Amino acid sequence: MRKITMWFVATVAAVVLLFSYRTSTSGPGPLSRPAANAPGIVSGPGAVPSGAAEPSGLTGATVVNGTVEQTRWGPVQVQLTISANKITEVKALQVPDGNRHDIEINSYAVPQLRAEVIAAQGANIDAVTGATVTSDGYIRSVQAALDSAHFTG
Amino acid sequence: MGRRAFVEQIMGLPVSVHVRGPTAADPSVARAVEAVFAELRALDAVFSTYREDSLVSAINNGEQVDHPLVDAIIELCAQAGERTYGYFDCRLPAPTGGTWFDPSGLVKGWAVERAAAHLDGFDYYVSAGGDMVVRGTWRVGVQDPIRSDQLITVVDVSNACVATSGGAHRGSHIVDPHSGRPARDLLAATVIGPSLTWADVYATAAVARGPQAIAWLAGLPGHAALLVTGDGNLLATPDWPGPALS
Repeated sequence: MRKITMWFVATVAAVVLLFSYRTSTSGPGPLSRPAANAPGIVSGPGAVPSGAAEPSGLTGATVVNGTVEQTRWGPVQVQLTISANKITEVKALQVPDGNRHDIEINSYAVPQLRAEVIAAQGANIDAVTGATVTSDGYIRSVQAALDSAHFTG
Repeated sequence: MGRRAFVEQIMGLPVSVHVRGPTAADPSVARAVEAVFAELRALDAVFSTYREDSLVSAINNGEQVDHPLVDAIIELCAQAGERTYGYFDCRLPAPTGGTWFDPSGLVKGWAVERAAAHLDGFDYYVSAGGDMVVRGTWRVGVQDPIRSDQLITVVDVSNACVATSGGAHRGSHIVDPHSGRPARDLLAATVIGPSLTWADVYATAAVARGPQAIAWLAGLPGHAALLVTGDGNLLATPDWPGPALS
């Protein structure tokens, strides 16, 4: 099953790697910038208040935060909603927003990430063509979220 | 049926390789994929406009460059200009003013097409930032440039190449060479054809040219195109494939 997850992640990564051209003249945000959303499971059957137990299964919707990934353009963090072993929603909790151009790019990249994650799991679509704007920070955060949800595809 | 995917960031783009079928699990797949990525990295080293040590940078610094691949690209750039009535141009405004030789718009498709040949014999596609070489039949969604979380259509692509160029959301990075102004009339152009080099060149030229490019695209043998205009209307050439049946 791990392989399936990796296939899925790789498929997502196809459209989700880092802003492929320079969008910002501001550097990454300071590493000490506080993460408002702690990585790990936020709610759902997999939630473990003590952090000690393994989630037993994913029968209902689980909301899980990815890690905060530092990219050249600033911190990136995603949140996934997993229901019946499918990712049903992808949100960006943090994206680089150092200048107007970043915000413009994000307004495009985030919905694209959403479409790709959800489309990647649809049995009927193999690939998406589009003029791509993407982030490898996103994919690392997505992978971390999948790992903490013990998502196996 | 087995399916595997591999991703690397090369040429500033996410490049993914997807292989499926009974041979997908074969160790030869990973070796072929590594050959694809290695060739793309090597070509990037020659043609990158971002790398000071690339041959393209040497050309722009006025140095004499003698390299068969560079000669091939210069020739292809000239052909691209002719085939697109000048709407595709490798002489672009330099960041420092004036014009410089920037073949990136052609090199990307050409390099991916060349590198993908390492996978011939497999059922695969290679996608570089949404431009792809497809071998076998794969179902490809065309992204909506306005509502980017949605698809305009889904088509079955068999043994062909697909390229999409965009206008608006990238801050109009495509310039109409005839006016010198950013192209804004088309939000996206998707071209399907036998070669990724040419599908990509034609898609870029269409964005530079605007909606009237549809008549020119319709006359290109072996190519189909779908354009999204600034007001969200779709223009398709007569041979654009119908939506894939689910």
